[in-house]
Amino acid sequence: MSTTKSHWSKDKPLYLDYQATTPTDPRVVEKMLPFFSERFGNPHSRTHHYGWDAEDVVEEARAKIASLIGASPKEIIFTSGATESNNLALQGVGRFYKDRKNHIITCVTEHKCVLDTCRHLEQEGFDVTYLPVQENGLIELGKLAEAMTDKTLMVSIMAVNNEIGVIQPIKEIGAMCRERGIFFHTDAAQAAGKIPIDVDDMNIDLMSISGHKLYGPMGIGVLYVRRRPRVRLVAMINGGGQERGMRSGTLPTPLCVGIGEACAIAQKEMGAEAERLKMLRDRFHAGIDARLSEVYLNGDLEHRIPGNLNLSFAYVEGEGLMMGVNDLAVSSGSACTSASLEPSYVLRALGVEEELAHTSLRIGLGRFTTEEEVDYAVEKIATEVTRLREMSPLWDMAQEGIDIKSIEWADH
Amino acid sequence: MNDYAYLDHNATTTPRPEAVLAMTSVLTGVGNPSSVHGPGRAARKILEKARADVAVLVNAEPGDVIFTSGGTEANNLALTGCDRERRLISAVEHPSVLNGGGDIIPVDQNGTIDIDRLEERLLADNTPALVSVMLANNETGVIEPVEDVVAIAHRHGALVHCDAIQAAGKITVDAIALGVDMMSLSAHKIGGPSGSGALIVPGISTGAGATLSGLLFGGGQERGYRVGTENLTGIAGFGAAAVAALASLEGFARLATLRDAIEQGVKDIEPQAKVMAADVKRLPNTSCLTMPGVDSETQVMAFDLAGVGISAGSACSSGKVKVSSVLKAMKVPDDVAVSAVRVSLGWSSTPEDVTAFLAAWNILHGRRTKQKFSAPAA
Repeated sequence: MSTTKSHWSKDKPLYLDYQATTPTDPRVVEKMLPFFSERFGNPHSRTHHYGWDAEDVVEEARAKIASLIGASPKEIIFTSGATESNNLALQGVGRFYKDRKNHIITCVTEHKCVLDTCRHLEQEGFDVTYLPVQENGLIELGKLAEAMTDKTLMVSIMAVNNEIGVIQPIKEIGAMCRERGIFFHTDAAQAAGKIPIDVDDMNIDLMSISGHKLYGPMGIGVLYVRRRPRVRLVAMINGGGQERGMRSGTLPTPLCVGIGEACAIAQKEMGAEAERLKMLRDRFHAGIDARLSEVYLNGDLEHRIPGNLNLSFAYVEGEGLMMGVNDLAVSSGSACTSASLEPSYVLRALGVEEELAHTSLRIGLGRFTTEEEVDYAVEKIATEVTRLREMSPLWDMAQEGIDIKSIEWADH
Repeated sequence: MNDYAYLDHNATTTPRPEAVLAMTSVLTGVGNPSSVHGPGRAARKILEKARADVAVLVNAEPGDVIFTSGGTEANNLALTGCDRERRLISAVEHPSVLNGGGDIIPVDQNGTIDIDRLEERLLADNTPALVSVMLANNETGVIEPVEDVVAIAHRHGALVHCDAIQAAGKITVDAIALGVDMMSLSAHKIGGPSGSGALIVPGISTGAGATLSGLLFGGGQERGYRVGTENLTGIAGFGAAAVAALASLEGFARLATLRDAIEQGVKDIEPQAKVMAADVKRLPNTSCLTMPGVDSETQVMAFDLAGVGISAGSACSSGKVKVSSVLKAMKVPDDVAVSAVRVSLGWSSTPEDVTAFLAAWNILHGRRTKQKFSAPAA
């Protein structure tokens, strides 16, 4: 057991929630700062120095983002974030082609903003197929093929799931879509900068990226929109005609610079960083397994980004566990839904029982996570789970070999 | 760019040090306001503090504030998200309002909305309508009679959206006293960052306000009216800028002295020069003026070379050589409108900026006049 006194506390917890948001890399902050102050020009001002300066750096940023995903800078549309990008891809493309094709295929574990937008489009007359996932969180390509019809306009399947970190077979999906003339949109908010993505190789037509999930700032995202073969869409935000008419509004120069730099750093460091994170993740997983039994990993281990673990701890109570580890900033489900007490719909879609869904922790490791932090968190979680189990009559019964599910609880 | 006289503050203004400080501190932290753990709650606190600060700037309640990615999105949310399909829009609105479509209400030669015409249109058709009129114009600085518009609109059951993006932080803006149902704000026009704005909907948190549905789906942030992880840095900067702008409104009013010096200086050099809407109530910082015989494109380029930054109209449409739709709506003759430029001062403007502008104006004007007289007869 570690003898060093921990410097984490309830007020200053150890951050292990890299899928909710990532700290802005100091190198990114440094690049952004001048554009918050002295280089403040409006990139759309075409009549003076300040404007040209801002336009230059915005275009540099666009090129860096394009480079990360093998796109052309002209295919990069700045948005306010991945939620807007996902909305624009689905609503915008949907409305443009609605008269010709009105079927969309997505899957049940998508981010809420994709699912909610699809539900809204159903009210506008679209047919939406929500593909199930297997126990490991991955879709079945056979089911996807079965769902495709000549009315299918678009397939929207996320690259990486935000709760369980599993990587969907993007390249295979892309090939199937291209073959049938169906647009392929992927929500890559959790994937960009973490795993290699090439829009041409993977036949991606539309892709959403978020700034604050790859060590860039909040408030900025990107929608990649393919030019050949061309994808067209109806803008949701109209006005000055910026972003080739697809998204109006003054571009936020510092945020554009920030996401550009974040992409450049990710491109350079992705390989080595993935190895380091995988080592830390495996250390975390092994550490927990060595200390505790009856812990279940949610989602496939093989097809998974290195920075994510999602574990369910049997025989503890979810709320109690969260309270017990309150010097760890971890999440029990997506940050967007974690304010509610509903169990995660993603885990439920995997077939995880309600009890286990309630006691799941999403552990997000990232660029600034250290070995010391991993060891501390393992120790903390193991100690807390052990303590809670010692107080649990269910755990006692399980130890005595009683099948909890066979018990008929008396009504009261 | 230290010697550069930046006089294009209506395009975007110098960030206020208070905003820069607030943003720098948030940018180096971590936390998603929707997360329930410590860093998430700290982020939430920053968000709610900024919400209160932005509300105070326009005398609204914190619950009235819906943060957006900027003024353009706020305008789109107001028009598209509102349940009124019939829209009456003043002819001098920003493209983000105008492009949404609707009946155009003309303005007079001073750029002021024709209230009688508005009432006529409201009387002619009793479909519930939304009227959209800006508080102050971005190109001319003309202040619209929003209170009167609200009185008439409400009398006929219409709602009023007010684009106060150019007015906020420059003059006192009181959403409640004006009586508007929705109001758009932008952070980077008041010394905050670009990428942040707000739609103010008085009473919406208690169900008393206008009925609105969001443009985006998924996540539930901003009570569902504007979902997506909040731009926390930008919002913090917006809040800090709102506090600073509100505290320095009196100082901003004094910019009228500098503006008047510009207009008088120009007229002293060339009595034929025209100032648009000079006789009506305008923002203290904005002047739309002409250099007779010199088109605006030539002017802005010459001014930039002389170290003075101005614009030929709104930034969004600059780059395209065409007569401003605002001046067109004011029935300014094309030959006059083509020589109009916008000069806009900001909280950081100095008398030296005015001197630099007038010197550049004088040189360019002199060169052009000489050219004209020495040109060989055709």
